[in-house]
Amino acid sequence: MNPVGVDVRHVALSFGATQVLRDINLAIQPGEFFALLGPSGSGKSTLLRLIAGFNQHQHGEVLVGGRDVTGTPPWKRNVGMVFQNYALWPHMTVGQNVAFGLEARKMPREQIREKVRAALQLVDLADYHDRRPGQLSGGQQQRVAIARTLAIEPQVLLLDEPLSNLDAKLRTQTRQELVRLQRRLGITTIFVTHDQEEALTTCHRIAVMDQGVIQQVGTPMELFDHPANRFVAQFVGSVNLFSGAYRAEGERLRFVSKALGEVLLPASAKPPSHDVDLAFRPHAVRVGEAATGDFLALSGQVEHAEFLGEFLRYEIRVNEARVTADVPHARGRAPLLAGTPVALSVPAAELRFVGA
Amino acid sequence: MQRGVHWGTASVALAIGAFLFVFLVAPVLAVVYTAFSDGQGGFTLAHFASFAQISLMRESFANSLYVATTTVILATVIAVPLAYLTVRFQFRGAVAIQTLGVLPLVMPAFVGAAAMQLIFGRSGAVNLILKENFGFTLPIMEGLNGVVFVETLHYFPFILLNLAASLAAIDSSMEEAAQNLGASGWRLFRKVVFPLALPGYIAGASLVFIKVFDDLGTPLVLNVTNMLAPQAYLRVTSIGLEDPIGYVICVILVAFSIGAMAGSWWFVKRRDFALVSRGGAQAPKRKLNGLQTALAYGWIVGVLLLVLSPHIGLLLMSLFKVWSFSVLPEQFTLAHYATVFADSKQMIWNTLLYCGLAALLDVILGTAIAYIVLRTTLPGRQLLDHLVTVALAMPGLVLGIGYLRTFKGWELPFDMGALTASWLIFVIAYAVRRLPYALRSCMAALTQVHPALEEAAENVGAGRWRTIRRVVVPLMAGGIVAGFVTSFITAAGEISETILLTSRESLAPMSYGIYLYFQSIAGRGPGAALGVLAVAIVALGTYVSHKLAAAAAPHQSGDRK
Repeated sequence: MNPVGVDVRHVALSFGATQVLRDINLAIQPGEFFALLGPSGSGKSTLLRLIAGFNQHQHGEVLVGGRDVTGTPPWKRNVGMVFQNYALWPHMTVGQNVAFGLEARKMPREQIREKVRAALQLVDLADYHDRRPGQLSGGQQQRVAIARTLAIEPQVLLLDEPLSNLDAKLRTQTRQELVRLQRRLGITTIFVTHDQEEALTTCHRIAVMDQGVIQQVGTPMELFDHPANRFVAQFVGSVNLFSGAYRAEGERLRFVSKALGEVLLPASAKPPSHDVDLAFRPHAVRVGEAATGDFLALSGQVEHAEFLGEFLRYEIRVNEARVTADVPHARGRAPLLAGTPVALSVPAAELRFVGA
Repeated sequence: MQRGVHWGTASVALAIGAFLFVFLVAPVLAVVYTAFSDGQGGFTLAHFASFAQISLMRESFANSLYVATTTVILATVIAVPLAYLTVRFQFRGAVAIQTLGVLPLVMPAFVGAAAMQLIFGRSGAVNLILKENFGFTLPIMEGLNGVVFVETLHYFPFILLNLAASLAAIDSSMEEAAQNLGASGWRLFRKVVFPLALPGYIAGASLVFIKVFDDLGTPLVLNVTNMLAPQAYLRVTSIGLEDPIGYVICVILVAFSIGAMAGSWWFVKRRDFALVSRGGAQAPKRKLNGLQTALAYGWIVGVLLLVLSPHIGLLLMSLFKVWSFSVLPEQFTLAHYATVFADSKQMIWNTLLYCGLAALLDVILGTAIAYIVLRTTLPGRQLLDHLVTVALAMPGLVLGIGYLRTFKGWELPFDMGALTASWLIFVIAYAVRRLPYALRSCMAALTQVHPALEEAAENVGAGRWRTIRRVVVPLMAGGIVAGFVTSFITAAGEISETILLTSRESLAPMSYGIYLYFQSIAGRGPGAALGVLAVAIVALGTYVSHKLAAAAAPHQSGDRK
């Protein structure tokens, strides 16, 4: 089957007085692995359930393969969904679970048997045909849920937090398997998660959602390097973020911040307007290097250090502010002690200006 | 909680065990023994052989099976749509369905049976209308049909309540996954929803089967004697307490009851119903379209009318002089109530006394057993719980006959006369068979009290008895009250044990009085009046208990884990 695109146009939805989705617009490309990323209550699951047909939007339209599915009941949409808790029916065997959707489509028995076998093979569970879901591990249950969904050859695959019920180690492995499977089948996939790492590592593009609004759509690197606003900057990766005013001082600008104090910005740093925050990532901060050239220069005192293996995370007091800095660890290097005065510098290219 | 064997606990447990042995196990064993005994202490199957040779017995056995099975099927037809509607759809009729769930239970089936004769009987209101307008009648109340009809309308709530609870516990994603894969409507219900709700359905259906199979009052009031329970009663009361066939029937009743309970337990256990953990909130209930709404309301109104008919019929019977061969009764009168107040004051008092004391005994035993089972490490404590559960499967008829046989000749101290001829036997008989209900309430209540609340009391120096009295019992108050009321209500409508144990009229409770009145045409009016009073007492009891439970609720703010 040729992959199809999913278009969401001006969709709004409210439960009673609560506005859950506001003017949502998305154009998901055929074959794309697309993530809806956001904190709980951001509306990401509601949007996914809406595409599956479990929620009805009050405004706008949802198109699957160019066809408006608004008003089409869930059982006629042919968009496969893998539920967060897998929703395997405990009274059926694995094989019966996988065959269910094919039986609903009144397929000949022989063909069903063939497709069930193929689907279970796809997820490496061919030998588990006659087991009950209760006899399987969490990871196996999840693979059965995927096989059950893929068996009906859906136009679109919807994944609702598929990794959240797995333990940390299995999560990474399953994540990679999901990506391989998606690339192999080329099926348009929409993936809901609250975990930025999951979204960044698996998806072609991500829509970051908050309070029922899409904050930004982009590739993982676009989101990380060019966050559109404060929310995206803070939600995707860690960030040092300071609000303040900009005052011209000759050719350069002086940033006047309540917390950070007054600092001179490097010559190439040009904020787009005056009501934006100054932001930079912890890994962009160089600790103990005096600034020369196109850098933002700060000075402060080490307050706290956390050793995370690959790097040391310092909390550094700069005036009233606390700046987070990640320094790669090398063998044998001792951490700076609390109270040590340090000079900090951030390359101008790593400075971001983000608005509300 | 790690605690050693406590002598006080052990002696309480032993005392309760002894009580249950004497008044539950021994009488049933006596019945079973008699059925298999050749009279000289030897084992024989001869009584069963002679049972099988009597054609009336074979017919009664087949009839009892037919009535119980048909009732389960019809009750299913009524209850399943109602349960599915309340749990899965956005629907204004939910209150009506909840009412449907309790309304039939406040009036004993045999009380309603008489009223149903006047509405649906051969010359009842419905058939008179049918005959005049369409020239035919429906044999709704004829013979076994009547028993099935009355029992169905009385017992379908057991299936409704159990099934609704089971449906509500199904994670909504189970259904959504099926819809997502292309299933809807009947297929969705048949393949996914109903199988997942099966544990609740089986629990309700097996209970209905047992209750109907063992029921004595309804067939007797409807004059149907070719069933097992009436036959046992008639054999024992007319031929005598020595007639072995009565005991054979009792063994069959017990075997089927235990079989149905064990069967349902085995069925649910055999299947893997372990549901995957809940993910997220309950999905919004589905909406009904126009046609579906009309069908749903039609079904509810229809069932509601049927369910209300015995209540309305009973009220009309109690307030009018004549009601036969006419659609509606004629000549309003309060004379029936006057008769009842003149003749039956003693019976009303007896009911309040017996049922009140039995319910009190039940909650005391229930609280003690719940505490011993849930809070101590006493070896063998589960046995108490299992023993009490067995009482649930014991037909009242069997226990009544067992009492008469076991306690024959037992004299009470202080010149109180024979145990079987005293009011005490009613209290004990009612208490033993209602104990399972009271125990369930007490167990549920104690489960909600976090052990840390007790440990805190002990930590500040309160002994075990003081802790139970000042902390545990007050926190369990809601559950104890609920247990009391359930015991009281069900005991007030009890008829099987009652007619067997009533040795003289001055000892009889209201249920016996109603039964007695219904034996004659002239007694229908006063019988109905007494029935209305019984329903009023039960309704009042339910209302008061709700008030008490609500008043006790704020004290229950402890950890509801």
